[in-house]
Amino acid sequence: MLFAIPLAWLQLKRERMRLIIAIAGIGFAVFLMFVQLGFRDALFNSAIRLHENVNGDIMLISTRSNSLISIQNFPQRRLYGLLGVEGVDKISPIYVGFGLWKNPFWEGLPKSQTRQIMVLGIDPNDNIIGVEGFDDKARSLIRFQDQILFDKKSRAEFGPIPTKFPEYDKKGELITTEIADRKVKIAGLFELGASFGADGNTITSEANFLRIFTRRDKGDINIGVISLKPGADLYKALEGVKKSLPGKFTVNPTLKPEEAREDFVVGEMRVLSKKSFIEVERKYWQNSTAIGFIFTLGTVIGFVVGIVIVYQILYTDVTDHLSEYATLKAMGYKNRYLLKIVFQEALILSIMGYIPGYFLSLLMYTGTRNATALPLLMTTERGIFVLCLAITMCLVSGAIAVRKVQDADPADIF
Amino acid sequence: MTEPIISIDQVNHYFGSGNLRKQILYGITADVDPGEVVIMTGPSGSGKTTLLTLIGALRSTQEGSLKVLGEELRNSSEAQRVALRRNIGYIFQAHNLLNSLKAKQNVMMALEIHPHLSIKEQAEMAEEMLKAVGLEDRMNYYPDELSGGQKQRVAIARALVSNPKLVLADEPTAALDKKSGRDVVEIMRSLAKDRGSAIVMVTHDNRILDVADRLIHMEDGELESYDLETQAPPDKAIALG
Repeated sequence: MLFAIPLAWLQLKRERMRLIIAIAGIGFAVFLMFVQLGFRDALFNSAIRLHENVNGDIMLISTRSNSLISIQNFPQRRLYGLLGVEGVDKISPIYVGFGLWKNPFWEGLPKSQTRQIMVLGIDPNDNIIGVEGFDDKARSLIRFQDQILFDKKSRAEFGPIPTKFPEYDKKGELITTEIADRKVKIAGLFELGASFGADGNTITSEANFLRIFTRRDKGDINIGVISLKPGADLYKALEGVKKSLPGKFTVNPTLKPEEAREDFVVGEMRVLSKKSFIEVERKYWQNSTAIGFIFTLGTVIGFVVGIVIVYQILYTDVTDHLSEYATLKAMGYKNRYLLKIVFQEALILSIMGYIPGYFLSLLMYTGTRNATALPLLMTTERGIFVLCLAITMCLVSGAIAVRKVQDADPADIF
Repeated sequence: MTEPIISIDQVNHYFGSGNLRKQILYGITADVDPGEVVIMTGPSGSGKTTLLTLIGALRSTQEGSLKVLGEELRNSSEAQRVALRRNIGYIFQAHNLLNSLKAKQNVMMALEIHPHLSIKEQAEMAEEMLKAVGLEDRMNYYPDELSGGQKQRVAIARALVSNPKLVLADEPTAALDKKSGRDVVEIMRSLAKDRGSAIVMVTHDNRILDVADRLIHMEDGELESYDLETQAPPDKAIALG
C-alpha cells in the first residue's frame, strides 16, 4: 500500500550514493543466482538433449546403465520377441560409442589434435533422431561406407568443420578425418549440441559404427527404441512389453506408483517411457553427481549474500532516520507505518536491483552460449523464480532490520 | 467556566526500578486553560521534560491523574496514547524535520494521519500554513537548504497545521540566535492565539518570557506557578537564562 507521500522511495532517493551501492549489491546477488541456476539448468538440459530428440515411445536399456556417458550394451535379440506386443510398430537399435576424434584442421601445439567424441550408430532406414539436418537425404548419405554426419554445435576443439564443410561441398569434396583410428568422411551436418558428458557428436549407420568400433559385435546395442503405432496406448504397450520380456519384474521402491508404471526392470532389461528415459538421465546428473549440489549451493550463497547486503543497507538507513521515526511516532504515527516504510524500501530495492541483474545475466548467458555451446537460455520461469528469490531476500532482510525501528522511542526526543 | 485542556492532579513519576528507583516528579498539580501560553522553566534535571513527555502522551502516567484534552492518561494503553498524540502539536529542540522531504511534504506529514483529508486538501493546508510562518518562497526546499530559524518555522507549521488544541514545545529557540528565536516565538504565539491553541513551552531563554500568560517553575520535581499578568517573573527563573 502506498501513502500520499512515498516516504520510503523519497528516503532511498535522497541518499543517492547509498541507493546505487544497494542496487549494485542486489544486482550482483541476482546475477549470481541467475548464473548458478542457469548453469545448472543448462547442464541438465544439455545432458538430456539426445534423450529429448529420440523419436520413440518406449526405450529399453541395460539394467547396468545409469547414464548416457556410461551406457552399457546388451544383445539386440532380446528385443525380437517384443515385435509381437500389441501396438508396437517397430523396434530400432541405437549404438553409442566414444572414440578419439582427430581434428582435420589441427593448427599444431599447444592445442590437442584429438578429443573424445560421441558416435551414435543407427539404422538408416529409421528416422530415429529428430534433429535439424538429420533428414532422409542425410540418412541416405551414411549408408555409404565410412561416411558420417557431424554435429555442427560440437565444441570448437573438434575443428572448424561447420565453416569448412560448405567450402569443401562447393568443390564437391568431403572432409576426411579419423575416429578411433578409422578414416571417415564427413558427409553432412546436423544440429544437436554439446553436453557436459559429450563435447561433440556424430551419427553414422550401424555398419559404419561397427567399422569404427571394431571390438563391438553386431547386435550389441545400447538403446532399443520402440515406436508405437499411431493411436496405440502407451501404458497397454508397456504392460505388453513387461509380459513379453523374460526374467523377474522389479521396480525401484522409491518411485511413485504412476512413475513405476513407466520405469521398471524385467530380468536384465530396464523399460522406460520416453518421459522416464529423460527423467532418469536428469536425475543422474542432479542426484548422483556433485554438479547439481554445487550449483544449488551457489544459488544459496547468492541469496545469503543478497540478504546481508540488503540488511546492511536497511539497517544503516533505519539508524540514520531513527530520530525522524521517533518524531513520527510522537506525531501519532503507529509502529505499523514505520514497518511498512522499511518493507517498502526492501521491496523497492529488490526490484531496482533485479532489473540490472537480469540484463547483466542475459548478457552473460549469450556470451556463455556462444563460447561453450551449452543451452544457456533465459526462461520466463527462471526469471520469475529469481525475482521471487530477490523479493524474498529483501523481505527477510527487512524483517531483520525492522527490529531496529522498535528502538525509536518518542520520549527520547524531547 | 471552561474545562481546562490539561489537568494535572498529584502526579508522581519514577524512573528505574528496585533499588535504583528514583522519584522525578513530586505531587505535581496544575491546570492549563484553552488558548493559554504557559512557559515552564527550571534547572536541568528538575523534571520539566519528563512532565512534558507525560502531557504529550509519550509516556504512561504512573501515579495521580493526568487529563489531556479530556483523556485520562493514567494507565493508558499505547493505542490510546497514539490516538491522543495526533491531536497535539510538537515542536522539538532540534527541528526534527524529515530530511528526505521538502518543507511542504514535512508539513503534510502532520496531516497524513488524519485520513479524512484528501491529498489536495493536505497540500493546500500545508501551503497556507507555510505562508503564515513566512516561508511561501521556501515550500519546496529540503531542510538542509534552510537556515536554523527557517527550519524551526517549518517545524511550527508542522505542529500547528492540523489545528491542535495543544502545542508542546521543548526549548524551540535553543539552537537559534536572538532575533530568529524571538521571531519564532512571536509567530508561535500569534498563530496559537488565532487558533485558540494552548502552548506549553519549556525554555531556558529569559528573553522570551514575556510572550507567556503564565510561568511554571520546576525545581527538584516540584512546581510553582506565577500568573505573569499580575506578578513579575521570579528571579530564579530569570537567573537561569
